[in-house]
Amino acid sequence: MAIKSLDELKKIREASKKKVDLREKGESTDGIIEILIGMATCGIAAGARETMKALGEAIEEAGLDQVKIVQVGCMGYCHSEPTIQVNQPGKAPVLYGKVDETVAREIITKHILKDEFIDDHLLNKTFTKA
Amino acid sequence: MSKYTRQIMVCGGTGCIASESEVIIDRFKEGLQDIGYEEEIQVLKTGCFGFCGQGPIVKIHPDNVFYVKVTPGDVAEIISEHLVKGRRVQRLLFVDPNTRVKLEKHENMGFYQKQYRIALRNCGFINPEDIEEYIAFSGYEALGRVLTSMTPQEVINVIKDSGLRGRGGGGFSTGLKWELAAKSPGTEKYIICNADEGDPGAFMDRSILEGDPHSVLEAMAIGGYAMGACHGLIYIRAEYPLAIERLNIAMKQARELGLLGRDIFGSGFDFDIEVKLGAGAFVCGEETALIHSMEGLRGEPTKKPPFPAESGYRGKPTSVNNVETLANICPIILKGADWFSSIGTATSKGTKVFALAGKVNNVGLVEVPMGTTLREIIFEIGGGIADGKAFKAVQTGGPSGGVITQADLDTPIDYESLKGIGSMMGSGGMIVMDEDDDMVEIAKFYLDFTQDESCGKCTPCRIGTKRMFEILERLTNLEGDLEDLEKLQDLGKMIKDSALCGLGQTAPNPVLSTMKYFPEEYEAYARREKKITYAIDEEKCIGCTACVRVCPVKCITGSVKQPHVIDETACIACGACYDVCRFDAVLKP
Repeated sequence: MAIKSLDELKKIREASKKKVDLREKGESTDGIIEILIGMATCGIAAGARETMKALGEAIEEAGLDQVKIVQVGCMGYCHSEPTIQVNQPGKAPVLYGKVDETVAREIITKHILKDEFIDDHLLNKTFTKA
Repeated sequence: MSKYTRQIMVCGGTGCIASESEVIIDRFKEGLQDIGYEEEIQVLKTGCFGFCGQGPIVKIHPDNVFYVKVTPGDVAEIISEHLVKGRRVQRLLFVDPNTRVKLEKHENMGFYQKQYRIALRNCGFINPEDIEEYIAFSGYEALGRVLTSMTPQEVINVIKDSGLRGRGGGGFSTGLKWELAAKSPGTEKYIICNADEGDPGAFMDRSILEGDPHSVLEAMAIGGYAMGACHGLIYIRAEYPLAIERLNIAMKQARELGLLGRDIFGSGFDFDIEVKLGAGAFVCGEETALIHSMEGLRGEPTKKPPFPAESGYRGKPTSVNNVETLANICPIILKGADWFSSIGTATSKGTKVFALAGKVNNVGLVEVPMGTTLREIIFEIGGGIADGKAFKAVQTGGPSGGVITQADLDTPIDYESLKGIGSMMGSGGMIVMDEDDDMVEIAKFYLDFTQDESCGKCTPCRIGTKRMFEILERLTNLEGDLEDLEKLQDLGKMIKDSALCGLGQTAPNPVLSTMKYFPEEYEAYARREKKITYAIDEEKCIGCTACVRVCPVKCITGSVKQPHVIDETACIACGACYDVCRFDAVLKP
């Protein structure tokens, strides 16, 4: 399907907005929780693939249907790769650094399930992008 | 799922409970109820924070504020000042040099606000393999607007008025580059994206292509329309496989939506992009060499004029633009030239992405407005020098740039000011050095790189850089003399004046600038003064072999549980053994 006018583009944008509202405004209509994971070459080299796998497994084990993993590019925090960001509806995004497989599981079991922060891996939390 | 926007975490460890933390929790709950915040702010009892000496501890999320030695009497103040008015209760903040970790987290908060992301706006925020997420953040709207309501000349004028200059290092006006190509006669024209990022330590272009490929594709289509080109080419090094993969996915998705291809937005404008892989030669970042490499010729530069705008790829008018430059285009179209030119300094508008590396605490990719000082970047965003050492210099512009010392840390950076202090913007690599770094060795490292990467076409660069490198080797081997310093200076100036392309013209910069700011280090080598070396204290060494394993030149010997010895003639004084030794047995010179 080709876009042939600005209006058609805007329609796609409106339809896609739902996908990213959570990230931009912390809003979500369907209670989806998003976990963004920095998957640029540097993140992957620091172990982001293993982290992503562990996240996926932990989500499955906990039976969390509403948690979605999104791979994104470089977040700029090279000193703390792999980095992930947890976006929950109604809350400020939370950024975690140096997330290895163990921390990834903790993020699911503690942060998502029990609302506890994993203090030693927190980077910063704000709506305003870096 | 709870709807709390903030959390107050109160330590519920035994130590803190003993100092009334449970009373604190009750006071918080009561206090919040009184002002009707109980639905928004959650009070939690947590496990021990590990700072029992400072207890009771109260931490507030997501503000990431850490209060210590809180008493029930302080609760009312925290509620009225922090939670209601948003002001920190200074007297309760945690200041302890031994637990810098927590403080740093604090600092990070404010410091990331120094950044302003234009080129990196979507990096780390959208899924680069999903065009819909890009569209959700106004993606392809700039292209749509350009094609449906602007003339090519209007597009050029907006980019010219914005003051955007090439981010690859040259700093030439992007709008002017497009205009020159547009005005050149002919119907076959090309726009090339230069993704041959070659500076050691710079990786912003790769990050943009990996994190937000559509922003570059869209900008190329806009540039193509402005200058009358239907073909776009991306020259990218084969060493960036993930960037190439994401570019290919992005182009496929854009074609499916008709955002690349024939009759885009029903405007009659056709545009498509092809990816060409380079073998990763540094010289191919130079535009004429890049074009030759794409044509299947040797990657060698030719003299300018003719500029690519007149005769470029296949002899046709061509504009070569850097990845980061292109990533700035769409926001300029959407927000206007005035918005962009309001950011930055008088001559340099907008922002610049820097790859902050070396001996800083927060190594990272940062984007700051032009005019930010080096001090702000290194000490505030970068969190200062690693391991509490002293700052010595920062190298900008990679192998083409120079070092900047303490004296110039407060210079607001832009293209002109960096040139003025003997360095250059380059593509934005920023390597921080501390007191332990040997400036002669650093200059030698860069020269080794450029003499190796020299394409060999012109004599000053081919032979000149080689000779300079040999002199530096002689010096560091303690076989040189004071005359060598003069030779280095002369050669450097000559190469600068006579080399054919940017690579050669800037190759002597690291040597000349380190000679200017650190002449004593060169003189020490020239006088063949004893090299700085490390030594091992036999009494303290327990023979753990940790130093042997980290020594890059394998100059430490000794058997397990026996004192080790450093071979002073081979030691390069890198300090690795000093850093790794847990018994203070390595003696620092």
